[in-house]
Amino acid sequence: MSESWPAITMQVNGENRTVRVPPMKRLLDVLREDLHLTGAKEGCGEGECGSCSVRMDGELVNSCLVPALQAEGAEIQTVEGLASNGVLHPLQESFLACGGAQCGICTPGMLMAAAQLIERNPHPSMEEIREGLAGNLCRCTGFMRIFESVLEAATQTGKSQAEQAHHAR
Amino acid sequence: MRGNCEAHELIAPGSLPAVLELLAAEPGVWTPIAGGTEIMVAHAAGRLIASKLVSLWGIRDLRFIEMADQGVAIGAGTTFIDLRRHAGLCESWPLLARAASWIGSIANQSRATLGGNLVNGSPAADSSPALLVYDAEIELISVRGSRRVPYRAFHTGYKRNVLEKDELVYALHMPRRFSEHRQYLRKVGTRRAMAISKVALAGTALVKHGTIHEIRLGAASLAAFPTRLYETEKAVLGKPVTRETIAAAREALLAEAAPIDDIRSTAEYRKRVAANLVEEFLLEAGREGPQL
Repeated sequence: MSESWPAITMQVNGENRTVRVPPMKRLLDVLREDLHLTGAKEGCGEGECGSCSVRMDGELVNSCLVPALQAEGAEIQTVEGLASNGVLHPLQESFLACGGAQCGICTPGMLMAAAQLIERNPHPSMEEIREGLAGNLCRCTGFMRIFESVLEAATQTGKSQAEQAHHAR
Repeated sequence: MRGNCEAHELIAPGSLPAVLELLAAEPGVWTPIAGGTEIMVAHAAGRLIASKLVSLWGIRDLRFIEMADQGVAIGAGTTFIDLRRHAGLCESWPLLARAASWIGSIANQSRATLGGNLVNGSPAADSSPALLVYDAEIELISVRGSRRVPYRAFHTGYKRNVLEKDELVYALHMPRRFSEHRQYLRKVGTRRAMAISKVALAGTALVKHGTIHEIRLGAASLAAFPTRLYETEKAVLGKPVTRETIAAAREALLAEAAPIDDIRSTAEYRKRVAANLVEEFLLEAGREGPQL
């Protein structure tokens, strides 16, 4: 940590974190090297593969294309922030259940892209899932199991919401 | 070779006036960076020459969509996600909303801005054909004031434009007078998602009783910058949509298009496909009944 660089503060997975880094340092490198959050991966380093996907102020971004200074004051959610209190996110459960992860390199990005999709569109069609995940490349699964995992999570979430509504009556 | 982040200065003055002051104080020294989807890629590859960058990200004065009776004003810092989600824009300027939804991936659309797409000036820019056929005006701003230029006159050469060294793109303006027009947009690339176009064509045409009363054609990847196809327009203006008119349009397009061979396609392919796109648009435009 160099004193000569500006202090940049962002809220990462709900916690305020301050780093002193070159303003052009990539958010991906800040997360991995300075904050030791190694979930987001570097694939292509040019916004084509999506393996570095995180959410910034509620939108999906490629963290390899975000200079650290532009994350000042932002809310960042990484794959480490998806589970809460030791309970996996429904997407994480469905990726496990449906075989949505193989080698695992693309998985954190896939999960973040899927989380973004489902938050805005809780019941996506297969076509919408394909579009939402089009910026995330996987070289193992052939994608079908990933799409099925997302569909399953959306269906399960819908079911549990319906059950809750039923019990609340 | 990879870029070195310590070799580039980046500052964020945080407001439009502060950025304009900086550009005026040191013209040509500071390179604006908005969503970084172009500049950060160059940086990653060690191709970023600019050593001083000024951030436009998060400046509220640049991110707006203002609808009015006469038209719409879109701030240069508006992202493509903003554009495709905007109901009014989807309804009245559907070609631009559709183009926005085709740019890269969701993660790219969340960051890439309309102003950035235009200033970057790629011949293949996705938003350009739609702006050309909607007769958009581009508003430029500096400490000296603001001025408006027809978007069709903004690009002056490969990656060159009319911006002065102290100017920023402030907004795009589109008139609201295309509701009666037939509208068309098609992008041809290697695959549906994440592909840079080999060629793209947009069109708006006012067709009455089978005759073309007004037409605008805007193309990407047919010249050194996105451009209107004036000669092709002339070849069909005032004519009925017939086989002969379509043949004349194809001929004019093949004569005026000046594409190149590059990694994405060949000049020959681009010309032939562009001619097919023009034909498709004219056939659709000539059909009676409600449009798409």
